[in-house]
Amino acid sequence: MGETYRFDVIVIGAGPAGIACAYKLAQAGKKALVIERANRIGGKNLTGGRVYTYALELLEPGLHKAAALERSVVREQVMVLGENSAVTMDYYNPDMADGVPQSYTILRASFDDWLAAYAEKRGVVLVDGIQVEELVEKDGRIVGIKAGNDVVYADAVVAADGVNSLFAERAGLRTAVAAHSVGVGVKEIIAMPAATIESRFNLKPGQGLTRMIIGGTQGVIGGGFLYTNKESVSLGVVLKPESVAANGIHIYDIFQDFKLHPALRPVIGDGESVEYGAHLVSEAGWKGVPNKLYRPGFLVIGDAAGFVINTGLSIRGIDLAILSGIAAAQAIINSESVETVGPLYIKELERLKLTQTMKLFAGWPELTGNPRMSTVYPGMMNDMMHTLFAVDGQVPEKINKAMLKIARQHVSMTDLLADGWKGFRSI
Amino acid sequence: MTVKKETIEHLINLDIIKVDEKKAHIVLDKERCAACSEKPCLLVCPAKAYTLENSQLHFDYAGCLECGTCRVMCKNKGIVSWDYPRGTFGISYRHG
Repeated sequence: MGETYRFDVIVIGAGPAGIACAYKLAQAGKKALVIERANRIGGKNLTGGRVYTYALELLEPGLHKAAALERSVVREQVMVLGENSAVTMDYYNPDMADGVPQSYTILRASFDDWLAAYAEKRGVVLVDGIQVEELVEKDGRIVGIKAGNDVVYADAVVAADGVNSLFAERAGLRTAVAAHSVGVGVKEIIAMPAATIESRFNLKPGQGLTRMIIGGTQGVIGGGFLYTNKESVSLGVVLKPESVAANGIHIYDIFQDFKLHPALRPVIGDGESVEYGAHLVSEAGWKGVPNKLYRPGFLVIGDAAGFVINTGLSIRGIDLAILSGIAAAQAIINSESVETVGPLYIKELERLKLTQTMKLFAGWPELTGNPRMSTVYPGMMNDMMHTLFAVDGQVPEKINKAMLKIARQHVSMTDLLADGWKGFRSI
Repeated sequence: MTVKKETIEHLINLDIIKVDEKKAHIVLDKERCAACSEKPCLLVCPAKAYTLENSQLHFDYAGCLECGTCRVMCKNKGIVSWDYPRGTFGISYRHG
């Protein structure tokens, strides 16, 4: 026979969303239980990636100073890959290290584990290595969960089970994630000494770099990323799975070839691959957020709710996860009846400016998902740079004429104008 | 200590995966998979867990990274059941 337990709130999933939610609940004196299927917190989680500290500050002022972070991001780059060449834009600003706005690269195993341990000290009850199997429903309300033979009852169940949220589906709030609304991320952690990272990427000790990479994916829609950690580099790609299938090249091959691009290999080549991972990323922005994020006794937060913004220059998910966790907690704390929790959660998401920010970027997936961004423009840009810098003793063509000629070789004027107009409108 | 094009076996071996010998978390209907002409699973699985053996679709759940790509891409419902591995089983990222 199993046991029966009772908590005020059950949170499914110990990622940043779930932990932030439970943390705020415990702080307000609520009995919060977090259930995680990994046997080590963070063990199932993957990011590029980085965290923006303003979100940690909302959880508790000064919190980021104690957090398990990698490097303080002071160098932001965008790299556009041609076949054998690359164009890189580099923004360096050491002031980004001090105060909000501020971000740090992170690795999820250590970051999530630290955040969870911190929440436990504040009174959150955390169990790991347990898979929630079912939601328990009574009179149209979610009243608890089942795991093995045990049943746990609560006033509210919060689904923080990630991008492929089985529980949001089981609660009837969303259908299975649609292929066109996700990217599949594949990455390697490449270990190298801190001093090597600092000299290679022109960083001081503790400083970090992020790099968004466009092109180099053999015509498959998507892009790449590089983040510097303390003693490793996270290198990966995020690709549209439908585009992978249509192009006929295995995603494994695309990534393995990508990392050996002549512009990337020199910076990672002497490192050592120590981990290989894959994870889905929501790419649909606001349009990927389910119409309904709650039902009586049940809330959906974080990746499970589709809270990710990808502008092509930066990707935000962890900060939005924390915001939504806080919003859910505030809604639960401030509600007097189970019926008011859901509507209040929506209001809290607005109060924390998550909704407005996601709506502002609602048009971006059209831009980042435009096939020509991955297939045509990277090559075109590299050809233009080549023409600008190549000197061979001949009389060069007039620059405006030369540039137009290159553009015409890559794209029709109609497409170019349409993309320019669409791009301008969507941002 | 050189980064190069690695085999998928090498990459998966870098990871800690505790295989649940008693329960497959993803179950296929072999007949439906045989009838599926598209088989996107053969291209999109980062772990290369889907392969063709004697023109029959073979799936090895032991090296699964639990990303869910096969679930969202399966066209003809050959995946009859998709769940995460039971508690404590499956991938355990040391870095993430």
